[in-house]
Amino acid sequence: MEFYHALQVEESRCIGCSRCMKICPTEAIRIFGGKASIQEHRCIDCGRCYEECPAQAISIKDDDFEAIHRYSHSVALLPAVFMGQFPDDISVSRVYASLQELGFAHVMEVESAAMIYKDAKEKYAREHPDVRPLISSFCPAIVRLIQIKYPSLTENVMPIKVPLDLSAMYALQELQSRGIPREEIGLFYITPCAAKVSAVKAPVGEEKSLIDGVINMNLLYNRVYKHIKDQGKNHQYKPLSRQRLSADAVLSTLTNGERRICTAKRSYSIDGIENVMDFLDKLENDEVEGVEFLELRACDQSCAGALLRVDNRFLCGERMYARARKAAERERNGEMPRDREMDKYKDYLIDNALVDEVQPRSMMVLDENIARALEKMEKIEKMKVHLPQIDCGVCGAPTCEAFATDVVCGQADLHRCVFYRLHLEQAGKMTLDEGRSNMYSVWGDDRISGEIEV
Amino acid sequence: MHQEYTVIEGDFVNAGKASSSVKKTLKQLNVNPQVVKRVVVALYEAEVNAIAHAYGGKVLVDIDADKIKMVVADKGPGIPDIAWAMEEGHSTARPEVRDMGFGAGMGLPNMQKNVDKLNVTSEVGVGTTVEMEVNFQ
Repeated sequence: MEFYHALQVEESRCIGCSRCMKICPTEAIRIFGGKASIQEHRCIDCGRCYEECPAQAISIKDDDFEAIHRYSHSVALLPAVFMGQFPDDISVSRVYASLQELGFAHVMEVESAAMIYKDAKEKYAREHPDVRPLISSFCPAIVRLIQIKYPSLTENVMPIKVPLDLSAMYALQELQSRGIPREEIGLFYITPCAAKVSAVKAPVGEEKSLIDGVINMNLLYNRVYKHIKDQGKNHQYKPLSRQRLSADAVLSTLTNGERRICTAKRSYSIDGIENVMDFLDKLENDEVEGVEFLELRACDQSCAGALLRVDNRFLCGERMYARARKAAERERNGEMPRDREMDKYKDYLIDNALVDEVQPRSMMVLDENIARALEKMEKIEKMKVHLPQIDCGVCGAPTCEAFATDVVCGQADLHRCVFYRLHLEQAGKMTLDEGRSNMYSVWGDDRISGEIEV
Repeated sequence: MHQEYTVIEGDFVNAGKASSSVKKTLKQLNVNPQVVKRVVVALYEAEVNAIAHAYGGKVLVDIDADKIKMVVADKGPGIPDIAWAMEEGHSTARPEVRDMGFGAGMGLPNMQKNVDKLNVTSEVGVGTTVEMEVNFQ
């Protein structure tokens, strides 16, 4: 079975340093032939490898910006954190104006649908009183993490479209109601991370996403920033009156954003993939009682810490809080936030917010057949005793255990273990040349160039 | 496949080590996630019992292609009336253990709910042995 993932290794750039292999939380990376490779069935697109890589060899599959010109009604669906990347002297309004000048016919922040998402989740909670805790579907890396590592919790994930999809549905309804045919509408999501690319290209619980293209947030930031700088400080732009999100919507994408407005009695908001895994381990053992709702986000500081952030996650977060404070003041003065405009399609959106249940796709399974899996496990246990158990990674796998599993599953050669090779060489069962060629097979033949004088 | 774990009296910090490890094993064996959950809940409960109410003990786990057998054998005060203790809300926990929030009398009934076979034997002043079986199919 094939699994889509949005992170890829650019082989020409990869220096085979193995940092990504060591940091990957799902042990999805191996080194062979001096290059890193990502095992698609284990990758959840969290992007830890992307951040760790010193050679910028990990990239995110995205679509060409120029594709927006193919549609007379191209829509930029932005994450609110996009606005949080810009320095304080560049207003939200100016960013909106620039995006239109750059060729988008329509600009909309996906958080416009945050309140409808909240209502859809609450409806689901009411209709499923026996399923607790309910886990938010917001972060696609978390949904995939649960699928591969916590299969017993898949039924706790709310199968509900996230604001991105809901806002795409809204944009489509709205434009089509004005008589614009579907083929002239291009929905483009500006992605702050790799996981959202996968969520669009290979959605969980749906056949196909409505989104026509995904644009890298870094790339768009560069274009917008340059555009604004080229125009200069005194450029007169048409300020937009319609860009105002509610305070709740702006904050929804940050840590605690969903939790602070949910009605659940006991809920937790957890960010950072290690923290989430730590918690889910406990939850899976039934060690956490009475939890009704979980907001789980793969990135530290949630989307403010997304992979494709330009600025520091805390600076971005504070800009978003500043924006939310202003929005809250406007709301207190009786101004209607923009997200209320969506209310005319609210019933339609909520009625169509459900997707199929999230299915497990466990990466941990050694074999579909339990008897054969048991056999393999016993082999792994026996093999582990003879491995050094120091997780040095010289075999090209992140741990001795992962290596033993690879060997038993026929994906690696036992001779890749440097300690085992030494043992064989000493016992006269392997020549130095054979040992060296094994080393080269994993790391390439250019790692050691000569004697080192000390 | 056989696994063994030691449970130490009063070591609540490490409660759940055996059940977590068993959980990982069962996931690798492609056991149905809902069955894994039942195993883990029952074993965790038994583990905590041995830590809270007894003076520690051993967890023995045997896994074959169709089922898992778990034995949690503790050295401890034992249970004078097992049938009574199997009822919800009945507990023989010592007062100091109750003060820690244990001894609500839900342990054995909770194990019973989650396993296919449960056998509890006990000798007062010696210890308690909980044998559990869960079928994979």
